Parts: sequence; structure tokens; C-alpha cells
Amino acid sequence: MIKLNTIFDLNALHDRLISSAKPEIPTVVITAGTCGQASGANDLIRIAKREILTRGLTERLHLRVTGCHGYCEMEPSVLVEPRGTFYPNVGIDDIPEIIDAAVKGITIDSLLFKEPVTSEPVEKQSDLPFYKKQVRTILSANEKIDPIRIFNYIENDGYSALMKVFGIGKSSRIIAEIKASNLRGRGGAGFPTGLKWQFLADQPSRNGKYLVCNADEGDPGAYMDRSILEGNPHSIIEGMIIGAYATGATEGIIYVRNEYPLAIKHLLIALRQARDLGLLGENILGTGLSFDIKLVKGAGAFVCGEETALIKSIEGKMGEPRQRPPFPTQAGINGNPTAINNVETWANIPVIIRNGAESFRSIGTKNNSGTKIFSLVGKIKNTGRVEVPMGITIGEIIYDIGGGPVGKAKIKAVQTGGPSGGCIPSDKFDLTIDYDSLAEAGSIMGSGGMIVMDEHTCMVDVAKYFMNFLKEESCGKCFTCRKGTQRMYEILDDVSNGEGSLEGLELLEELANSVKDTTMCQLGQTAPNPVLSTLHYFRDEYEQHVEKGKCPAGVCRSLITYSITEKCNGCTACLRACPEEAISGKKKERHSIDQSKCTQCGACWSVCKFDAVEVL
Amino acid sequence: MINLTINGLDVSVEEGSTLLEAAQYLGFPIPTLCHMEGLSPYGACRLCVVEIGEGEKSKLVSSCTYPAEEGLKVRTASARVVRARKMIIELLLASCPQSKTIQDLASKLEVRQQRFRQEHEDCILCGLCVRMCEEQMMAKAIGFRGRGEKRSIGTPFDIKSDVCRFCGGCIYVCPACQLRCTYNEPEKAICGGCANLSPPCVEIDRFNDMMCYMDPCVACEIEKD
Ligand SMILES: Cc1cc2nc3c(=O)[nH]c(=O)nc-3n(C[C@H](O)[C@H](O)[C@H](O)COP(=O)(O)O)c2cc1C
Ligand code: FES
Repeated sequence: MIKLNTIFDLNALHDRLISSAKPEIPTVVITAGTCGQASGANDLIRIAKREILTRGLTERLHLRVTGCHGYCEMEPSVLVEPRGTFYPNVGIDDIPEIIDAAVKGITIDSLLFKEPVTSEPVEKQSDLPFYKKQVRTILSANEKIDPIRIFNYIENDGYSALMKVFGIGKSSRIIAEIKASNLRGRGGAGFPTGLKWQFLADQPSRNGKYLVCNADEGDPGAYMDRSILEGNPHSIIEGMIIGAYATGATEGIIYVRNEYPLAIKHLLIALRQARDLGLLGENILGTGLSFDIKLVKGAGAFVCGEETALIKSIEGKMGEPRQRPPFPTQAGINGNPTAINNVETWANIPVIIRNGAESFRSIGTKNNSGTKIFSLVGKIKNTGRVEVPMGITIGEIIYDIGGGPVGKAKIKAVQTGGPSGGCIPSDKFDLTIDYDSLAEAGSIMGSGGMIVMDEHTCMVDVAKYFMNFLKEESCGKCFTCRKGTQRMYEILDDVSNGEGSLEGLELLEELANSVKDTTMCQLGQTAPNPVLSTLHYFRDEYEQHVEKGKCPAGVCRSLITYSITEKCNGCTACLRACPEEAISGKKKERHSIDQSKCTQCGACWSVCKFDAVEVL
Repeated sequence: MINLTINGLDVSVEEGSTLLEAAQYLGFPIPTLCHMEGLSPYGACRLCVVEIGEGEKSKLVSSCTYPAEEGLKVRTASARVVRARKMIIELLLASCPQSKTIQDLASKLEVRQQRFRQEHEDCILCGLCVRMCEEQMMAKAIGFRGRGEKRSIGTPFDIKSDVCRFCGGCIYVCPACQLRCTYNEPEKAICGGCANLSPPCVEIDRFNDMMCYMDPCVACEIEKD
């Protein structure tokens, strides 16, 4: 690869790439993030390549393999540029047809997305209800960029923010710009990024200063960071180089969990390309800046996402948080000043520099500027990653973007902020999404997980699930966090088994408040959130468990019975599905369940097409 | 020197001191369990929590690890602090009822009962032994393994350690395995919790989950002597 020695070289490369691009040639874009690959995108790529080669279409059609665009429900999907035609859930057999149509510049109506209410086909991706309310300042790049081609990134204005920064030439002005943007860290706590950089810049450097990209993302159900790492790794590298220039940092580290193999692969490729091109290393582009980035793999402990535990993990020690102060910007990796930012925070940096703080601030609200990416999962029609302006309401995300509930059951609550977030009930869905209002409602923004729950979700069971996660993922150092999460789980388990008591609920609340108060790091301080928020908003559900011995959602196995009603027409589906052989009955006659054998697994309920299985 | 206020009293301490040291200097008692002079502060038991800051922003921190900061306002025994400590003691009693050290702490804070399911887990992972072994005996024979509920202390791979010199330092500092409750030898039972109580037999319910683990019950025997 050529090596760029000056800013002008980079500029010239950018211009050359733009002038040699041929945007008029149609491009077939296949999404192949982890989600796409899991639904078969690799086969589509293989077939598409073969098709293009054997039919000699290389001059008339381009193929681009990208990371995830967000609409995971529709994977594997294909996008045809320049029209922006979107084909959801594409099968292998559809590929030749799509390629034909792309070359001819037409669309295939039968393969298009159908509007859920009217069943009208929708052609353009941007017209889909899922995308309409989104503001995709970061994610939109995922469509345009092949993550393993640095030229592709540069062609799409990549590294132009870096050129701008080198042009400005003064680190204080860059920090001022970040401060002016009001960017708050996307890792959960919402700490102002400009301020953090200022702290780092103000520290004297003895043995160097560090910048860290926190890509640990350990929350169950969250994958925002992964998709940026997979789909646009250079945006993070660019952000970090800008950070180094602004703060005087000498070394960068991307701490990524080992469970993200594709992200690691793309990052390693991107780092090598940036190094080869001269964007990392000694005297970058002749500016005198020396900075390199190294990748450290984490072993998948949730607590290692906490910044002080992350530092220990990078140092090769056990991942345990420690007392702050001293803050990492004062004493971080090996005692050297260190600034840690989330993946999404880093990805925002080039955007801010490129478009200016003013334009960044125009999105979102006063204290919460810019966009935030959420991963929308659970009992909702359109699961996927959504990027929305701060200050949008929860309802808009769930009903307008997410498309509302999957089945007939109404949506009851949404859990935000990962395992240590809280549940927000549906009557609070007009709540706006920002760091402050979520905290007020007893939840947290966290890194952006959003789990939707409907009437078939038991809130005791939800709290129990998260407590189970936390009691295993607590580092175990603080006695109150380790033992407190275990004891909370114990009480919740009793409640779900019908062995709870009202005193038990009081003790649970008292304990939860104490754990919140007495632990050192935020894992423990936020761990009681699932318990406290469900107790606060759904206390009646808890009380029904302990007083009436009933689980209103029909989830807690010890408290429910399945029975077959007269709606049964004897189709025998349940009889065949029952793993315990607890169901008996002749064909075309009403079946019955032997309660002594029934383990309440619910298999009969899920296979019955006639609503004949009842849960009480 | 750093100036701060503890329970309304102004105090100046050397830079680098902890809140615990500053409070002890003024004579304010703060219960501790995982702290020991000569070993590095660890902050695991949380018993030494104190309240810092004011109003909305006030919070509890472990005084044994928190550095004294200029202008800080500290309260060592506010209602919030006491409530938190009592809950910690309850949790400790529920896990390790036989520890004399824990029973004494409970007596001092007037915790007579714990409300959780009684366990006899004993090790509370305060880490005193690990630090003793590493920092005073220079052996590093034992350490922590695992996380969350699976966390434990032991030698690497649970096999006999080559660096262990059997000095017994770990046992000496342990608040759980060294000082067991000596319920049938009242003269050694410093807390006196058991000896001072009327025989539990008449009020069995009340003592079912008593902090002091007595099985078989010998309270009446103690009375007779
Ligand atoms: C238990 C726990 C887990 C965390 N996990 C993550 C994580 O996976 N990714 C992340 O960026 N921040 C995580 N954080 C937040 C970090 O401690 C830190 O605040 C953040 O990386 C700072 O970056 P920011 O200023 O860009 O938000 C976690 C915090 C806690 C307490
Ligand atoms: S003595 Fe301070 S936390 Fe244990």
C-alpha cells in the first residue's frame, strides 16, 4: 500500500478516489454483520459473486458487503443503489433476479417490503416506517462502507475530520469544539466528553498517556457497539487519532470482548490498513503526532466494562473496580493518565468535527445533544438497532419505529439500560429519552439496550432474571454487592415459587436500597434497579404472587396450571408436543392434562392453534 | 495538609490520608472488618461506610479507601450510615453466624436478629488473608478466584502451594475462622449475647434465626453455671 507522508497526500488520495468513483453504476449492497451472517448473508454473497463473474457483469454492477444497517428483523437484506431499493429477507434464489433487475434499473415488486397495514409495497429503504423517524448520523455510514476497505471509508469523507483537525492545528480548539457540542459519553453515565478530554490534556505526561475505546458491551440484549465495530471500524480509529491530537495521548487501546470475532477481525484489518497508510504510528502525516492503537481482548466479564476494572484487565490483573478518586484521567493504566470512552462516543467525534459542534447540537435537546443508538429487542414487531435524536419519547420508538406489539398482547413495560437498568411502565411511555429523565424514572440510559415486555411477561420473573445475571457477574469484591444480589435473588425466587411473604417484600426493598447505597462501583449501585423499579411500578404483581399465589402473567411455573377448554377440537397437536406425556385424549375429542405429570413448560400452549389451552 | 470537616469538626490531615484515618485521629469510632493496619486498604466489607457531600449529591463511601479531600464534609454516624451498617451486619450474620468478630460488631450496633435464610458459609471474602500473605509474609501463596457468587480464596489450582511456609498468618487475621463463637465457654464469650439472654426454649420462634448459631441450644446450661 502507498504511504501517506503529508496531509496533502491524504487530500490528494481522497480527491483521486472521488474522481474515479462511478456512482452511476448500480451497486448491490449485502448486509453481512453478525446478524446478517447468522441469517445466511454469506450464502447470498457467494451466489452474488458467482453470478456477477459468470455473467461478466463486473463493469456494469458493483457489489458491496457491509455491516448491519439496523433492521435485523429483515436480515438478510439487500439494498440496491443508487435507487435505494430495499429487499428484505432475501433468499438465495432471489439473488439472480435481483441482480438482473439492478442491471436493468428496475425493481421487483414481489420482493419488496409490504407496508404492514395496507400491504402496499414500499420500495425505498428511507420510506420504511422503521427508518422514517430515525436520525442516522452514525449508522447511515454503515450502508456506504465496506468495513475492510479503507479506501471505501476515505471515499465517503472518512479521515476528513482528521484533516480538518490537523488544519486547525491547536489542541485547545479541538477540545473546545467537543465541549461546545455538549457530547455526553454514550457508555452509560453520560459524562461530558469534552471535559474528560480536558482533564487528560491537563495532566502532565511522564510515561505517556492513554486513550481507551471501551468495546466491552456486556449487557444482555445489547449490540449497538458491535455493529459500529463491525460496520465502520475506521470511524473509531479516526475518532481516537483526533482524541490523541487533542489530549496529547501517546497510546490507544481498543478493549473488545472476545465474543465479538467479526468485530475483532474487522478492527485488526482496519488498524493494519491505517498503519500501512501512515495514519497510525510515528509522525502521522508529517504533523509530529505519534500515536498507535493496540487491540486488547476481554474475556467477557460484564464488570470489565466498568472503567477501573477495565484498566485492571488491560494491566493483566483480575477485573475488579477500585476506588475513584483517583480517576482514570489522574491515574489509569499502569498509573498513567487515561481517558476511556465508549465506542459510540468515539464514533461521534469525526461527525462533530466534520459538521461542526453547532450542527451536532441542533439535534436532540439542550443538555442531551446528538443521537443515541438503541438496540430494540423483546416483544416487538421490528427488532433492530435504531438511532434516534435524544429527547424522542419512548412511545415513538416502540410504536412508530418498533411497530408496536407482535401479537394481541399489549405492551406492558420497557426495560432500558441493560441488566442494571429499570423497567418503565407503558403509562410512562411519553417520557423523553435522555440521561436525566430516565434516571428520574428509576432507570438508566446505560449503553442503550431496550427490552420490550408485554402482558405475558412477569415482572417478578424479569427482576429475577436480571438478578441472576448480576449475582454471577458482580466482581464479588464488595460484600454488599456479592451477597446482596444473591439474597435479592433468593427472595425473588421465593416469591416466584409462591413462598414469598409481605415481610419478605419489605426486606427485599430495604436490602435493595442498602445495596444501592453501600457498594463501591456502579455495578452494585445500579444492581437493585430492576428490583426497585418493578417494586415501584408493579407492586401489585408482587403482591398477587405472595398473597394470592397467582402469577398474573402466567409465567412463574409453580403458580400456574394449564388446562384444556371446550374450544379443543382434538387435533392432537398438544398431545404430540408434550414432552412429559401428560396430555391424553382421542383424535377429534377434547383432550385433558394430567396435572400430576405436567411441568408447566407451556409447549401445549404454544402449539395450540385454537386458543384451547388456558393458563390460570 | 488537607482540611476537611468530620461531624462538624474541622480537621487537617496529611495528603494521602484516608477518611478512616482522619476520623480515628479525631476519635470518632468507625467499625471495620476488612481493614487492618499494615495491610493495604481494600474496601470489601463496606462496614466502614461514611456519608460525604451534602443534599442531593451526598453519598456513602468506604472510609478505609476514600482519600481525604479538601473541603469535604463527612458524617460518620448519620441515620443513613447506621441503617446501611445494620443491613451489612445482618448480611454478615446470615452468612457467617459463628464468627466472634461479627457477633461483637452486631452487639455494638444492636443487631439482634437477621432476616435472611441462615447459611454457614463462613468465608466472607474480606481478603485479609490474601493481603497478609502477600504484603506481610511476602509469599503470595493464596489469592482470589472467580467472580460473583463463585468467588473464592485459595491456592492456584487448589494444590499445595510451593511458596506457602505454613506461617499461619492467614488464619491469624481471619475474622471468620480464627475467632469462633465459644458459646459453651461463657468466660471467653466477649459479646455475652448468648449468656445474657433468657433461655430461648420458651420463645423458640424468636430465636430461630438468631444471630448466634447455637445447635444444640445450651443457653440454659450457661444460666445454671
Ligand atoms: C458494570 C458496568 C459495566 C459497564 N459496561 C460498559 C460497556 O460495556 N461499555 C461501555 O462503553 N461502558 C461501560 N460502562 C461504563 C464505563 O465505566 C465508562 O463510564 C464508560 O466507558 C465511559 O465512556 P463514555 O464517557 O464515553 O460513556 C460500564 C459501567 C459499569 C458500572
Ligand atoms: S473496613 Fe472499609 S470496607 Fe471493610
